[in-house]
Amino acid sequence: MTPQAIGHDAIPAPILELSGVEAAYRERVVLRGIDLAVAAGERVAVIGPNGAGKSSLLRVVAGTLRPRAGRVSLAGEPVERLDRMAIARRLAVVPQAVALPFAARVEEVVGLGRLPHEDPFRGQRPSDRAAVAAAIERVGIGGLLGRDARELSLGERQLVLLAMAVAQAAPVLALDEPTVHLDLRHQVDTMELLGDLNERDGTTILAVLHDLGLAAHFFPRLVLIADGRIVADGSPEDVLADDRIRDVFGVDPGFVHRPAGPGRSIVGGGAALLR
Amino acid sequence: MATRSETLGMPRAGTGWLEGARSRPGALVVGGLVALVVVLVLGVGLGSVTIAPADTLAILAHRLLGLEVGGTWTPAAETIVMELRLPRVLSAMAVGLGLAVAGATYQGLLRNPLADPYVLGTASGAALGAAIGVILPIRIVLLEFGLVQILAFVGALLAVTAVYRFSRTGALAPLTSLLLTGYAVGSLLAAGLAMTMYLSGANLRQIFFYLLGGFEGSSWLQLGLTTPIILIATAAILVRARTLNGFLLGEEAAAHLGIDVRRERVILLGLASLITAAAVSISGLIGFVGLVVPHVVRLVVGPNARRVLPLSALIGASLLAAADLVARLAGGIPVGVVTAIIGAPFFLILLRRARTGYEL
Repeated sequence: MTPQAIGHDAIPAPILELSGVEAAYRERVVLRGIDLAVAAGERVAVIGPNGAGKSSLLRVVAGTLRPRAGRVSLAGEPVERLDRMAIARRLAVVPQAVALPFAARVEEVVGLGRLPHEDPFRGQRPSDRAAVAAAIERVGIGGLLGRDARELSLGERQLVLLAMAVAQAAPVLALDEPTVHLDLRHQVDTMELLGDLNERDGTTILAVLHDLGLAAHFFPRLVLIADGRIVADGSPEDVLADDRIRDVFGVDPGFVHRPAGPGRSIVGGGAALLR
Repeated sequence: MATRSETLGMPRAGTGWLEGARSRPGALVVGGLVALVVVLVLGVGLGSVTIAPADTLAILAHRLLGLEVGGTWTPAAETIVMELRLPRVLSAMAVGLGLAVAGATYQGLLRNPLADPYVLGTASGAALGAAIGVILPIRIVLLEFGLVQILAFVGALLAVTAVYRFSRTGALAPLTSLLLTGYAVGSLLAAGLAMTMYLSGANLRQIFFYLLGGFEGSSWLQLGLTTPIILIATAAILVRARTLNGFLLGEEAAAHLGIDVRRERVILLGLASLITAAAVSISGLIGFVGLVVPHVVRLVVGPNARRVLPLSALIGASLLAAADLVARLAGGIPVGVVTAIIGAPFFLILLRRARTGYEL
């Protein structure tokens, strides 16, 4: 399956490019032969079964998992030649979950997103504090201010981590399952926020998603990974073909496809219920 | 149960002094400095011979700042202040500062609230080194440091180096591996210490005395040799506060936030261990300061290392100097006993007053 070109006449230089990437944890190979180019301003969802290598792909992009073979470049520069601060200014990562060893307030956790920007010796400047306030506003977690992040529900924590990444204000935003713990309303809100960041701010989005319905509805390009390889890359209609869903996920395509009127062949998950 | 329902309620702003203190870290620093000066004057003035605070201040102003102040103190008082008590008080302050900063660093780096400066084998390494120093039939004195102190310093650094080396070979996550290796190496060294104590015969009391910790032998020269190590390493940690903040969400998140995790881990471990080894060589093992002070500070000002580190330094210095004063006035009981007696109840009270649940 050859990756498809994006639907623009002039293809901009990729902000993120992987070619021939193979990665392993010790002996266990988790990614093989990955070729992926994401243009600046694109919005891409990475989907695939559990253990397919989706999170490993994000780690390779973020430079925390060194590939055994192949090249990874971020904004035109090889990732292994960038220091961590330079990567953090180009790429923000929303992790699945984190553990806090000490009590920390919501605004303090969001403020960590400014680490790559703040004065290394004196800490946050007024511009950093403004970015933190704006991120809290944008993600809509003003009601959580002052609370210990460890007392929040898993869904609330996920929103706090999202706000932290928004505060980091990097041109590329990578998210690992940003909606797993969220209720329907917040799943849709989060997807719309990602769309807004993408369309209004031009942030390139690379999101690992489990909910195929959300992915299909909110992302123009899906990358399907199975067993460490990219098996499909293109529009939701192409990627989520019936036989492929049967092959890769081993389920009846009827679970994913839901008749939803003309022009929208694939809408599933929670999003359809709220529309 | 009232406190529990309080933690669940939404309005969080402002209950009591904790909240007020949190919003004014500058005031806390000033308060810490005032406490430090008060403890200094009391520590120098009080003892078997009491020197009036006015005289104490006058002597200090005269000898340290070169001020010509009118005063009528005896030469004996001046000797007591300058040669006996001042080095002792300053040693306690340097050790307290160092242990609190090292504790805050280890806790942040290992992401473990139970970590203290001795967690990675430094204590057992120092203890074994000191014990060997006691039973060896050689007596050398190098720049006022006896063999016991020199071997304690070396033992602490060797132990933490061994822990770090062994921890890197395993398949475990680096932090888990460090803590478990620290425990294993510490147990081995403790066995060595027990053996040495068993073999020490008449010297057992001397080893035991060292293990309890204290500032009896403090001198200007010792202070002059160890304080620079503690202060320089503390300054080097202070400028890495950003790293410690990054570690708050874990090592992978720290990497995403721009922290070079492996490099910073080695640097911070090295600096904190150097401080611990220097502190141990002055005073022996003094528990509780390095564990409790950073927690107390965090409960008041939150987790930001830019605030936690300097305030821990100030409070650690005041607390240990005050504890040593109490130990001295109480007829020379071990200072470690006093730190536990002062520290534990204070810690418990703070835990109860903290509005947010404090899970360990």
